[in-house]
Amino acid sequence: MALKDFPREEYVLQGNAACAGCPATMALRTVLKALGKKTVMVVPACCTAVIQSLYPTCSFDIPVMNIAFEACAAGASGIRAALDQQGKHDHTVLSWAGDGGTYDIGLQALSGALERQTNFIYICYNNQIYSNTGIQRSGATPKGAWTTTTVGGKQEFRKDMSEIIRAHHLPYAAQASASRPLDLFEKVKKAKDIKGPRYIEILAPCPPGWRFGMEKTVEMGDLAIDTGAYALFESIDDNVVFNGKSKLILEEKIKPKPIEEWIKNQGRFKHLFYPKRDEKCLAEIQEHYDQMWDRYRKEYL
Amino acid sequence: MKKYDITSCISYPEEGAMGKTGSWRVFRPTLDIKKCVKCLRCWIFCPEGSIKRNKDDTVEINYDYCKGCGVCANVCKVKAITMKRENEKK
Repeated sequence: MALKDFPREEYVLQGNAACAGCPATMALRTVLKALGKKTVMVVPACCTAVIQSLYPTCSFDIPVMNIAFEACAAGASGIRAALDQQGKHDHTVLSWAGDGGTYDIGLQALSGALERQTNFIYICYNNQIYSNTGIQRSGATPKGAWTTTTVGGKQEFRKDMSEIIRAHHLPYAAQASASRPLDLFEKVKKAKDIKGPRYIEILAPCPPGWRFGMEKTVEMGDLAIDTGAYALFESIDDNVVFNGKSKLILEEKIKPKPIEEWIKNQGRFKHLFYPKRDEKCLAEIQEHYDQMWDRYRKEYL
Repeated sequence: MKKYDITSCISYPEEGAMGKTGSWRVFRPTLDIKKCVKCLRCWIFCPEGSIKRNKDDTVEINYDYCKGCGVCANVCKVKAITMKRENEKK
């Protein structure tokens, strides 16, 4: 599999309302290339509801249903049932929600749908904030990050959503990144052929929300993986397999870069470096990720 | 595209739903076709999808909708795409 083998069809049309350098459309293009035309998308309140653009036009060339923030997975369950009634078993139902709609508000509907073994794909594109409403703190925001509701930096660590999802023992769960389209494409393709609930989380570095230049979207996603702030793995029937650089970090073949290399490029962490270096907070953040990898090694190696 | 004859709020897919987004651009990506090695990294990473992939895997930039984010220039390994200011002389 190489970039040359990617399908040429475009389902995200040009001239949409996304910000310049948006990781959500970047990832969505790859995801829809993998899923193909026979896809129905459910979008709760999130950036993508805006990217869709205004009535009477739509920027996605597939059927899309907009639904309330907390009801994404519930809406997908309904659509799945309707498609099954019509005999359209080969259609894929895709829930495309942000981290606010997954980590915080949509969690109960998602948990319910996973427990009911609904046959659908849930994709959370995780930009670690409520970007759409103006950069508020979410359950996915890492410690120390500035948002409009955590002006001095967030005090708490982010929650480990993939562990919560994996506790439902679903057939397929994965973490991917918008900066690795090949890996993302293969994971979505694999998920498409599995029956039952499937969950994929995509790291989406948001230029206006993370406060970095819009040309660095891909660079930031890559650095998150290189520094160990984010891990690429997939879990098939509870067997966790790490891939890419995350596999090398897990097996201690390479040392992850210091976390500082990732956060110093982001304006949301600027208060940790200027006017004075906040050594205590930086050490805490580094220790948090070290502990995360220690836990991964203990459980999955 | 089948249009449904019912009164409801169905939107239909259309290119350029928010108008010609090329007007957002401050920096203009310029492609040097001689340097291009057809790796297609710019094509897959373009958030807007405004890099057109031709049959022979060469690429073209659609300036009608390119928002000028500069991701293509940043991911290009051979530096075939450079960003220049819009009003700068070519």
